[in-house]
Amino acid sequence: MSRVRVLVGTRKGAFVLSADGARESWEISGPHFAGWEVYHLKGSPVNPDRLFASQCSGWSGQVIQRSDDGGTTWEPTGNRFSYEGTPGTHQWYDGTPHPWEFERVWHLEPSLDDPDLVYAGVEDAGLFKSADGGQTWEELPGLRGHSSGPSWQPGAGGMCLHTIILDPVRPGRMFAAISAAGAFRSDDSGQSWRPVNRGLRSEGIPDPDAEVGHCVHRLAMHPSRPDVLYMQKHWDVMRSDDAGESWHEVSGNLPTDFGFPIDVHAHEPDTIYVVPITSDAHHFPPEGRLRVYRSRTGGDEWEPLTSGLPQQHCYVNVLRDAMAIDSLDSCGIYFGTTGGQVYASRDAGDSWAPIVRDLPAVLSVEVQTLP
Amino acid sequence: MIRVLLPSHLRALAQIDGEVTLDLAGPVTSCSVLDALEARYPALRGTIRGHDRGPRRAFIRFFACEQDLSHSDPHAPLPEPVASGAEPYLIIAAMAGG
Repeated sequence: MSRVRVLVGTRKGAFVLSADGARESWEISGPHFAGWEVYHLKGSPVNPDRLFASQCSGWSGQVIQRSDDGGTTWEPTGNRFSYEGTPGTHQWYDGTPHPWEFERVWHLEPSLDDPDLVYAGVEDAGLFKSADGGQTWEELPGLRGHSSGPSWQPGAGGMCLHTIILDPVRPGRMFAAISAAGAFRSDDSGQSWRPVNRGLRSEGIPDPDAEVGHCVHRLAMHPSRPDVLYMQKHWDVMRSDDAGESWHEVSGNLPTDFGFPIDVHAHEPDTIYVVPITSDAHHFPPEGRLRVYRSRTGGDEWEPLTSGLPQQHCYVNVLRDAMAIDSLDSCGIYFGTTGGQVYASRDAGDSWAPIVRDLPAVLSVEVQTLP
Repeated sequence: MIRVLLPSHLRALAQIDGEVTLDLAGPVTSCSVLDALEARYPALRGTIRGHDRGPRRAFIRFFACEQDLSHSDPHAPLPEPVASGAEPYLIIAAMAGG
């Protein structure tokens, strides 16, 4: 019988939640790296027992951990993230040039076919890769070195590269998203990049349809249809049918189109999920009701999913990397909240139940479907 | 023999139980103590100071003999009681965060 393993990063450590395919009874392990912020954990698709974790703290900076036994034991790997060459500057909040400074790793993306290859999206926005299982890291400077780089400006959460998507069909194609610069695409394994933001419109920047400067919160792709991308932007839910060349809005009847995560059903490429959040000032669900919204039409037409979710007095947030979807026949959806709950649905979102209720604030959720 | 005490989060990271003792061949300075510490426990690299003998991390402090040595020259000799092992060299996670 298949199993699932949910990897949860929180403000004060990591947790591994395991269950068999029924997903009724859960085994909880953790906190791993207790006391440290764990921005993200993710397993290798090639070797699911190989996991990578990004832990950091205000005292001691960045550490990368690796497990080769599915999260039972961990070993620190390399934590030297040095920008290539002279880093130059980006814009600071006050509009002045500010040197690129490494702060932390937001997202780890293991290769689809090489267990030793893993990418890291960092703050200040840059893309690194390790070809030796996390022991050493080198920057792919073509992204940060894009001609628009000196104009990038941090969002409220810092200038982070938070999304990395590897195209499973076209070798060498990858996508990255940066707050608050936008979405970018490479067709040569990350060597060179170009912005792919045509069609985005952001009222919070001087030129609403500028080539860069958009606060993209998250991108999602279904592996069977890699030219279709979904985006949760600061405001607006967007869709591209041409690998990011152009975007159109699919917010439709959502109660608010502000939010952070967006994800795609494992078996239905047109079924997508978002968690509407009231606004950038009010980082909690509208009316204190936690609702996941599902579209079975690739956007525009949305239905609220509420069964098992709190429908009063709920003022948590769901962060950009805190939703994941397993690939069992009855697709499982998972998300974590800043209130420390991790909710799971075994029926593609129709009903929900908490796996755990009282973790530290959840920063990220990933799930592995295991044989 | 130099005695070094680390904050709990770094002891956990490097899987250190209790006090660390180091034998240094040359001058006993903050820099040489950290060199020896990082050589024995590579997981600590970058967590106390920057890589390649970089600057002390902002919220790490160095105390010894009831003195704050955080701002001292990292190549200056440490107090004799530290060099002799009578007193530990304290690496502290600064009070931060309210």
